[in-house]
Amino acid sequence: MSTKSKPLTLAEKLWASHLVAQGKDGAPDLLYIDLHLVHEVTSPQAFDGLRLAGRKVRRPDLTIATEDHNTPTIDIDKPIADLTSRTQIEALRKNAAEFGIRLHSLGDKNQGIVHVVGPQLGLTMPGITVVCGDSHTSTHGAFGALAMGIGTSEVEHVLATQTLPLKSFKTMAINVEGTLRPGVTAKDIILAVIAKISTGGGQGYVLEYRGSAIRALSMEGRMTICNMSIEAGARAGMVAPDETTFAYLKDRPHAPQGADWDKALEYWKSLPTDEGAVFDAEVFLDADKLDPFVTWGTNPGQGVSLLDSVPDPADIKDPNERAAAERALEYMDLKAGTPMKEIAVQTVFLGSCTNSRIEDLRAAAAIVKGQKKAEGVRMMVVPGSQKVRLQAEEEGIDKIFKEFGAEWRFAGCSMCLGMNPDQLAVGERAASTSNRNFEGRQGKGARTHLVSPLVAAATAIRGTLSSPADLEVLV
Amino acid sequence: MEKVEKFSGVAVPLKRSNVDTDQIIPAVYLKRITKTGFEDALFASWKQDPEFVLNQPIFANGEVLIAGPDFGTGSSREHAVWALKDWGFKAVFSAKFADIFRGNSGKQGFITGVITEDETKAFWDLIDANPGVAATVDLPNQTVSIGELTASFEIDPYTKWRLMEGLDDIGLTLRDEPAITSFEANRESWRPKTLPAKGV
Repeated sequence: MSTKSKPLTLAEKLWASHLVAQGKDGAPDLLYIDLHLVHEVTSPQAFDGLRLAGRKVRRPDLTIATEDHNTPTIDIDKPIADLTSRTQIEALRKNAAEFGIRLHSLGDKNQGIVHVVGPQLGLTMPGITVVCGDSHTSTHGAFGALAMGIGTSEVEHVLATQTLPLKSFKTMAINVEGTLRPGVTAKDIILAVIAKISTGGGQGYVLEYRGSAIRALSMEGRMTICNMSIEAGARAGMVAPDETTFAYLKDRPHAPQGADWDKALEYWKSLPTDEGAVFDAEVFLDADKLDPFVTWGTNPGQGVSLLDSVPDPADIKDPNERAAAERALEYMDLKAGTPMKEIAVQTVFLGSCTNSRIEDLRAAAAIVKGQKKAEGVRMMVVPGSQKVRLQAEEEGIDKIFKEFGAEWRFAGCSMCLGMNPDQLAVGERAASTSNRNFEGRQGKGARTHLVSPLVAAATAIRGTLSSPADLEVLV
Repeated sequence: MEKVEKFSGVAVPLKRSNVDTDQIIPAVYLKRITKTGFEDALFASWKQDPEFVLNQPIFANGEVLIAGPDFGTGSSREHAVWALKDWGFKAVFSAKFADIFRGNSGKQGFITGVITEDETKAFWDLIDANPGVAATVDLPNQTVSIGELTASFEIDPYTKWRLMEGLDDIGLTLRDEPAITSFEANRESWRPKTLPAKGV
């Protein structure tokens, strides 16, 4: 049997090319980490651990930090009001200085959500391993990188050794063929995928998103999809690199230059899954038939087409899922059978590592331009990074949002998880472009519907969950 | 991590079973940014009671905890181990431990030795008769002794080896340092570097 010619998947190629030491007797393999992203919340104990053991950061030149989870999105020139948040930010600044790590602080043009900053600097690229003490690190898989979220002990491990012991994974192909209809986007694809395979469907797997609908997506769209791989329980999510990837990367600050670019490009072109490689599991989704997707429940798998109605738990066969649906409807204060489009919201949040990139802001701005915001609806727009904010301002996008009546904020994770003051009130209902609709995620007792930027924009105009198609009727 | 072999320290009787990690360290203390300085958080609720064993000056410098069965159940918080270590404890003995707590302890160089319930009670009696008495822990021989009474304790061979070698997970990985260094030597020049900073 020849192993030389065994066809491999993208994920398997990445594993093999980063293997430092093979685990013996059931011990995990040791993999090299090309890029370590750090933020204020999951790093303080890791740095403290280094100090206690008298260790250094092995490769400060492969490490980069930013402030995002705790940071306020207004009055960023003033001291952070929340003491716990301020302490965490100050700890990161002190640790970065002590260990020689590059840090992009509040006010810096490269500050922002860690998963927006990496790609924007050209640090995220095909064929590399990326880790961060944050579950949404899967975002970087959009470039054909193996990108995983890790815990604080592992953050310390990577800081000290630039490696991570990892248990092997299974592979799953998510095949999305066809052409998306106007108004249907990457966010709708991933919400539909999670609804199909459930929040635990990806457990133990690295997902590879494939097919013509994925190939047609921009890098921003691919990032949105890979970002939410974790919401299906997956270890990571990936898209094979192609011309779209290369064009996005070319000439970014940290992208390879000159001869390095040529070498890299040649290698990157060898990365896509080989013909005949076998996935451990396959899923198929028809892009032609996809509608805008929205969630009705309290986990990202509880979603339906916007044209549909709130499902009746009585129709759900699995007793655990039925019970979960009943609890979700009670928490969400929804009645089975209510058309999704009749659900009124008080807040629209456009932001988060899922949907806060320039393309997301452009798409939403194009919908709200010249329109009037629904009475009583608050809309908050939080760019993913300061750079995105500046670029949007250059394009006049901030003016469109402000004229529409939306709040134009500074960059950060913001209302996605409400670690800063951007929270929903008890019982408040929101259409949110973020990634988690868990109970209490955006504020105690808050109710979240996950939506695409297009649905967010249309919803802000109509006041009820809507898509741009519903607006054309009005005009 | 320091190598652990043989040491003696004040033995503390914790005459309770099912000591869950919420009791070892309540959730309110998890917001902190350090891995140290949790000594005040250890058994914070129970310490409200002046009669609680750790409030008695003779046990305040305790290093060896002798506890009832099912120690460390509940939440996976690694802070529970940090708090015990910060107080000054080096080992805890019980008839039964929760798996996650035991795993976390191993990572932090903290001994969790299994003895029988009878031995636990016999140790409690000895401490009651002579408060402040020291326990001697001998990891290579897997014994814990107070006065004339010696008990053998169970600990898994891999964890024992790691503790005796003073190796945490990072320490273990660093045994592959030459492999890491040679991997790095072959790292292609196109791969990302954050420094020197560009695009600033």
